[in-house]
Amino acid sequence: MTTVDTNNLEPQELPRPDAPGVSHTKQGPPKPKKGSQFVFLRNSKAITGMIILGFFVIIAIIGPWIAPYDPDAFSDQLVAPPSWEHWLGTTHLGQDVLSQLLVGTRYVMIVGFTAGVLATILAVIVGVTAGYLGGWSDEGLSLLSNIFLVIPALPLLIIIASSLDGGMIVIAGVISLTAWAWGARVLRAQTMSHRKRDYVEASRANGESTWRIVLAEILPNLTAIIASSFVATVTFAILTQVTLAFIGVTSPTDWNWGTILYWAQGNQALARGAWWWFVPAGLCIAAVGVALALINFGIDEFVNPRLRSTGRYARVLRKRGVQARVGFTPIDRGTTHGGVAATPQPGSPPGGNSFAPEPSGEIPASTNVKG
Amino acid sequence: MRFFIRRGIFYIVTAWAAVTLNFFLPRMMPGDPVSSLIIKSGGQISPDAINSLKVLFGLDNGQSLWEQYTSYWNQLFHGDLGLSFAFFPTPVSSVIQQSLPWTVGLVGIATILSVILGTTVGTLIGWRRGTKADAVLPVATFFSAVPYFWFGLIAILLFAVTWDFFPASKGYQPGLIPAWNWEFISSVLWHGILPALTIVVSSISGWILGMRNMMVTVSSEDYVTVAQAKGLKERRVMVSYAARNAVLPQISSFALALGFIVGGTLVMEMVFSYPGIGFVLYQAVTASDYPLMQGCFLVITLAILVANMMADVVYAFLDPRTRQEG
Repeated sequence: MTTVDTNNLEPQELPRPDAPGVSHTKQGPPKPKKGSQFVFLRNSKAITGMIILGFFVIIAIIGPWIAPYDPDAFSDQLVAPPSWEHWLGTTHLGQDVLSQLLVGTRYVMIVGFTAGVLATILAVIVGVTAGYLGGWSDEGLSLLSNIFLVIPALPLLIIIASSLDGGMIVIAGVISLTAWAWGARVLRAQTMSHRKRDYVEASRANGESTWRIVLAEILPNLTAIIASSFVATVTFAILTQVTLAFIGVTSPTDWNWGTILYWAQGNQALARGAWWWFVPAGLCIAAVGVALALINFGIDEFVNPRLRSTGRYARVLRKRGVQARVGFTPIDRGTTHGGVAATPQPGSPPGGNSFAPEPSGEIPASTNVKG
Repeated sequence: MRFFIRRGIFYIVTAWAAVTLNFFLPRMMPGDPVSSLIIKSGGQISPDAINSLKVLFGLDNGQSLWEQYTSYWNQLFHGDLGLSFAFFPTPVSSVIQQSLPWTVGLVGIATILSVILGTTVGTLIGWRRGTKADAVLPVATFFSAVPYFWFGLIAILLFAVTWDFFPASKGYQPGLIPAWNWEFISSVLWHGILPALTIVVSSISGWILGMRNMMVTVSSEDYVTVAQAKGLKERRVMVSYAARNAVLPQISSFALALGFIVGGTLVMEMVFSYPGIGFVLYQAVTASDYPLMQGCFLVITLAILVANMMADVVYAFLDPRTRQEG
């Protein structure tokens, strides 16, 4: 339905902060100027996140080819600690843990990204429709997404997944059904703030159709929010499917990081002290999670200049002996002036989903601290 | 008052949606696992119990969907959730009744601890942004990216296997009889420390990051500058002006994050074999005990709704705007 590729995190898709002099509450041009399209990539957090994520994507593609052993193949070295022969040791059946890890990456990535794309599409449809149309359809759709937010996803997923017995696409689909509500809520709030802005009023006065206003005018301005919600959903999907595999409701013979942990837990890896069996899989999950969180921090700082300048000026302030506290909103006159304003959006869910801060209505640039 | 009525209606609708979802799920699923469970049990189930399972899972094909739905509600109001197969022949409701206090105790205490600690730390870090306190952020990011249960595994490996500080599993010393005496209570506390600490450690980072970001945003507001200019004490500005406003989104996100946190802690119980509802759910999954799974889902959802209502009351207490509305 959408023309915006929600999977695309490329910088040129993101709206650029306002040009000087433009009022803070009016979001500026959706098209970036030449030369400034790498603003997002100048953010060191985002770069680090992209590099780590890229590494795992490559592993997901080439993992099964570079795996030194067949992950299912038995050998006579049972529960052996790491050695030159088996870099990450072996399991209770003598299977190579490194190979399982490499082969399993593809499953994790496919499920994570498929669920992320599906849930983001759902979130955009529900959230933007509710926010743009308002009235009763808004009430109904908001109620729907609030219900989905409150109903605990994991027990529901356990029930569905244990009776479905499906492959990874089925799992991804089921996860996405429980993961869209947060993004829809955030997008609804953003769309509502855009609905009454001048550029939308202008295109309405020009006689543009509702479809065109939503798809061509509003959606490009929501790209940063959509990207951030996509990244958060992928994190949620990866954590959830690893958890499902760990509990054993998905097929225990499809290798992914959760399956490794499932077999480790079921075969007393803890009591045997076989740390190599379950520590690497957990670290991989953590690395992907950190990468996605870093990308999201990058997007957050891109959208909310207060967070960005806080980080950039920390060292300068320390050097001058200034303790940043109240009233200091250091604004970098070099690249940005003011910022993308937003209506209050609901606070972020702690516990690993997304840490988007709540941007307040206006961003006063009252005090400058120049570096 | 309008705030509470609005929220009350929302909770009633959500509870209805959860029950209805629970009604339709087994009817939409392919296959008929419960019939095969009944057949497998080989006539050991009383006709009454078979009948209640038929109502719950829609095996009685003669009835229309609406009749099935009304008798389903009727049965729920009588507290009949069917018969558990994993704990044969105990009814699901009494299995859940036994396990629920454990979960409420462990998850409740650990979550409240985590919220209070995390919000306090987040306030301090957000107030002193740009100082060395920001070093907490990358650590918190790492912790928030790791699944809860993996922390449980590491905690057991370190503190129960390598160094024998804490027991690795169970809610109390096997062999003890549950009673209100010191021996039993101390054993419960001793067994609860490791799971509770793991829950706190793995969920606290979300609260720290959320509160820190809100503090950074709020502390540049004009009213904070004014409070500072009036010459109020630093502490007072931080707590009563900045933090009081920054904490509101924390409360509303608490309500929304609860489902996620409870999901994580359920798996934690599975790792620690803690006798709460998460472990019961795990046993239900391994035994393909569908009545028990459905019962767990229903009870967990209702418990989360209750916790949400409490968060609403706290929110109304902290934010006068919601109280003045009507």
